[in-house]
Order: sequence, then C-alpha cells, then structure tokens
Amino acid sequence: MSAIVPLLVLLPLLGAAAALVLGAYRRAQVLVSTVTLTAVVILSSILLVHVDSEGPVVIDVGGWDAPFGIVLVADRLAVIMVLIAALMLLGVLVFATGQGIADGDRETPVSIFHPTYLVLAAGLFDAFIAGDLFNLYVGFEMLLSASYVLLTLAGTGARIRAGVTYIIVSLTSSILFLAAIAFIYGATGTVTMALVAERVRDLPADVQLILCIALLVAFCIKAAVFPMSFWLPDSYPTAPAPVTAVFAGLLTKVGVYAIIRTDTVLFTEVDIDIPLMVIALLTLVIGILGALAQADIKRLLSFTLVSHIGYMIFGIAIGSQAALAATIYYIIHHIIVQTTLFLATGLVERVGGTTSINRLGGMLRASPFVSVLFFIGAMNLGGIPPFSGFLGKVGLFDAGVTLGTPLSYVLIAAGAATSLLTLYALVRVWNMVFWRPRSDVEGYSSPLLDSLTEGPEDEGGTVKTKTVPKLMLTATAGMVALTVALTVFAGPLFDFASRTAADFESPTTYVDAVFPGGVE
Amino acid sequence: MTASATLIILMAVLYAVGITVMLERSLTRVLIGFMLVGNATNLLILIVSGPSGTAPIVTGTSADDTMADPVPQVLMLTAIVINFGITAFVLALIYRSWWLAQLGDQGDSVPDQHTEDTEESTDATFDPVDLDDAALKKVLADSDEHPDELEHGREETR
Repeated sequence: MSAIVPLLVLLPLLGAAAALVLGAYRRAQVLVSTVTLTAVVILSSILLVHVDSEGPVVIDVGGWDAPFGIVLVADRLAVIMVLIAALMLLGVLVFATGQGIADGDRETPVSIFHPTYLVLAAGLFDAFIAGDLFNLYVGFEMLLSASYVLLTLAGTGARIRAGVTYIIVSLTSSILFLAAIAFIYGATGTVTMALVAERVRDLPADVQLILCIALLVAFCIKAAVFPMSFWLPDSYPTAPAPVTAVFAGLLTKVGVYAIIRTDTVLFTEVDIDIPLMVIALLTLVIGILGALAQADIKRLLSFTLVSHIGYMIFGIAIGSQAALAATIYYIIHHIIVQTTLFLATGLVERVGGTTSINRLGGMLRASPFVSVLFFIGAMNLGGIPPFSGFLGKVGLFDAGVTLGTPLSYVLIAAGAATSLLTLYALVRVWNMVFWRPRSDVEGYSSPLLDSLTEGPEDEGGTVKTKTVPKLMLTATAGMVALTVALTVFAGPLFDFASRTAADFESPTTYVDAVFPGGVE
Repeated sequence: MTASATLIILMAVLYAVGITVMLERSLTRVLIGFMLVGNATNLLILIVSGPSGTAPIVTGTSADDTMADPVPQVLMLTAIVINFGITAFVLALIYRSWWLAQLGDQGDSVPDQHTEDTEESTDATFDPVDLDDAALKKVLADSDEHPDELEHGREETR
C-alpha cells in the first residue's frame, strides 16, 4: 500500500515527460494525460479506503528516516484532497480535449498544454501529501510554475498583462513562504512537520506567534484571503476556460489546505482565532460586494470564489471538530462547484460569444442543456437546499452557534448575507442571460443592470459563436452529476469529514503516524 | 547560535534594495528586485544554519560537532534552482510583453514618458526589427489568437 503514495506524484511527472516527448502526436498526448490522471484517481481511491480503515500511510523517501529524510504523509485529509483534485483535473482534461478537437490548437496549444497540465497535477498532489514544510514549498513551486505557463498560453496581450500581476504576486508569496521556512528551521532545527509540531511547543509564545503568522501570510496570499485577494479577479478570468476552471477550483484550495495544516498540526497552541474570524468576515463581505458590481460572468465568479474562501477560514478559526468537518466538506463542495460553474460559463461563452451579462440573452432557448448545467451549479453555489452548498453552510453555522461568542454570531449573519447575495448575483445572471429573450438585449434597461462594470479587458461586442461539442457537454454534465452526488452522498461524506477532523483533535495523531516509536 | 554579522548586513541590504527595486514600474526592475530578494532569502537560510564548519556527511575527516549543518545548504540549492527557472520564464514574459508593446499603443508596459515616441521612432532604435518589420509582424500576428485585438477598438469579426 505504501508504494502508492509516491506514485501519486511520480505518475503525473512521468506522464508530463512522455507528453512532452510526444509533442507532435496530439492523440497520443491526450491518451497519456487521460491514462495518467485516471490512474491517479484509481490509486487515490484505493488509498482512501485503506487510509480510512487502517490510518495514515507514511513513506520515508529514499529510505532516510523521518527527521533527516523527506516524509510523505497520506492521511485522510491529504488523500481526499488528492482524489478530488484528480477527479477535477480529469474532468477538465476531457473538457479541454473536446475544445481542442473542435477549435484546433488555438485556445489550448496541445503540445505545451498537456505536459504543463500534468506538472500542475504533480505539484498539487505533492503539496497535499508533503510531510515536510520544504517539500510543501517545492509542491507549491511546481504547481505555480505550471500555472504561470497555463495562464499565459498563446501569449496574447490580455493574458500577458494578467499573467504579470499573477506571477509577481505569487513570487512574493513564495519568497515569504521560503523566509518563513528559514525562520522555522532556525527556531526548531527541522522542517519535518511532525517534528516542528513537537518542538515548537517548547518555544516562547511570542516566537510561536511570529512563526505562525509568517506562514499564514504566505498561505493567505495563495488562498486569496482579504486583503491579499486583489490579484485573483484580475488574473483568472483571462485564461482559457478549462485553465480558469482548474485554477478557480484547486489553486486557492491548496492555500486553504496549507492553512488547515498550519493551524491544526504545526501551531496548535497559537491562539489567532479572533484575527482569523475578522479576516474571514472581511473576505466574505468584501468579496461578495465585488461580485455584485461585475457584468462579466467570469469576473463575477472569481469574486464569489474569493468571498467563499471566507467560509473556510471561518471554519478553521472556530477550530472545533464539527467546524473542521464542515470546513472539509465545504472545501470539497467548493472545489467541485466552482470548477463546474467555470466550465459551464465556458460553454455559455461558446454559445453566446461573450461572457458579459449586458450583451447575452436568450440562452435558455439557444441551448437548454447548457442552461440546466449552469442553473444547477448556480443554485448549488448560492446555497439553495438541498444542494451541498447549503449543507456545508449549515454545518459551519451550527459549529458557530456552538461556539457562541458574539463574533461568531456576527460571522454567521455575514455568512448568511453572503449566501443570499451570491444567490442574488447568480439569479441576476440567470434572468439576464438565460431568461431574457435575445431580441430584448439591444437597448435593454433595468435597475438590475445599473452600475455594473465590465472587465478591464472588455472591448464590447461579441466574438463568433462556436459549436458546443458533445465531449465538452459530457464533461460538464459529468461534473454537474458530481455536484449532485455531493448532496446524495452527503451523509457518508460528512461522516468521513468528521473522522478527518477527529484526526486533528489531538495533533499527536499526525505526529504518531510519522514517528511511530515516539519522537527521538 | 552564532552568526556572521557580515552575512546579516548583506542580507538586510539585499532585502532593502530588492524590495525597493521591486516597487518600480518597469518589469525588468521587478525581476531584478525579485532576484535580489530571492538571494537575500537564501542568505537568511544560510544564516539560520548556524556557524560555518567543516564539510558535512563525509565521515572520518573531522569530528561531528565541527561539521556545518547540511540541511539548509540543500534547501538553498533547491531554492536557487527554482529561482533560476522562474527567472528564465519571467525574462521570456518580459520579452513578450515588450514585443506586444512595440506593436500597438495598447501596451500597458510602456511608461508614460514614452508617449511622444511614435512607432517609427521606437522601431528605429531596433534595426533588426526595422529591417524585417513586416515579416516579423506577420509571424507575430499568425501566432496570436486574436491578432485584431492589438488594434484598439476594432470590432472583432472573425
């Protein structure tokens, strides 16, 4: 069983190498990527069943024991994240393949796209199973380097401008992360997370606080937590639809994952719950207010993405087992729903030729199937019962009420308001884009459309509409089915999330897994 | 823990200069700033590794307690390699960005004081570009997804 863990990173990397060599053979590349990601899905499913029944699997890479070598730790949280990420990457790959077949190489130049995509996958999986702070840094760098390339695919003016912002912000956060690792090494003499967790407790409280905040700042930039979220809505929407979908679904969640690890494994004694709650509050409210002002659906979704990170930070700040379980469920929900919505928006763009709600109309008539796909995703994100967005939020609010401080009640109110405002923004999209007849778009005026701003790169007009290939529809429909499955299987999934959260109740679970015979 | 004051001063200067340069508008300076800050961080890792010592891991040459700590050196090497790769990518990005700025007045990366430059006068300083201008523009247009997008305000009719 232990052989599977390194394979999760190794397979995508080997696949990337193979895809690079096969650059001239498009079909072979698609085959390599699909087979690789399918293999990771299967392997991580097997691993998930094993880890859930037998406990974490820990590998000392290269045979060096834990404090000296690199450890890979596959516990419940790591493996479920790998599985969900692999499923998303596979779904989006099918979507991108459909798009590539329909449009040729323009949007997603296949020879570069596939190797980079697989390196991104390897970086993601590596970040999830890293048992070592520096390995986490390497995982982050792998996925970020790949994301730089994917974001600037085809090198058009708009993408270069968006890419520059994104890259400089990411570089800054990487440097902060590296500096934080240096401080932690200086203070504890190790970068193995389990050992850091043990040794950090002996440090003075203020040193612990500084180390914790140094790490959290770096992760908050990556997770797009207010006030470090300004870069996200400007950079994500310009990328090709499949790339935006993957970025929106997965990249910020790696940051959230790292924040969970920092807060529950590394620095258990540092009490920063109240500042975290304030940040969560601001992220929720300011993010969603940004979304309300957007005319472009992709930008609107990017702002809701920022906003909903606030729910996860709220859950982490409460810190009880129920709150963490709800957070984990919410992360899974949000990864799948955001990815799906961005894919559905990609389809809308193909049918309507633009993503601005000022210029779209008659979508329900033009393409009922795409409309249904968008509608289910939108209702889910808006938190309408019985969808998973509702269940996750109820879990969070429940944990907040149990905590019972005034601040947590404020956050529950803000969370509910954010949920309603998300619904408002998405229902407005529905009314304008899907229900409004195509003939009404010209000269339409409504208070709903007042004071909306277009994206900075928006030049008006529409591009030529394109056909929607069956493969893209199938991929999106599959993802929508997955979001519905989150509701259908909410019971078992929530139980699983509770068991995952229980691992963090006592940080020794993690430490014992890495050092079965006790530290030193 | 003892650390060399020279290294600490050097690190502080690199951080200060690097951050200042990163705040400039020009992308090339931002890149230089990033490289300085990256090297300052590498120095930070070296500083936290404690006093210098003899070569580690090789056994039998010196006592264990005089060896330098090898782990930070490994971390630094990895960080240097990563920074190197990213620097190469950002250079390519800067070149592309400059290229796009040459082609139209849409480029954000051209600083304001250059607004009096006409396209001809800018091109005149780059002879190879000037000589082969039409051919290069054609290649560039072909490689672009929306060649029309570069001309501001023109509606796309593809």
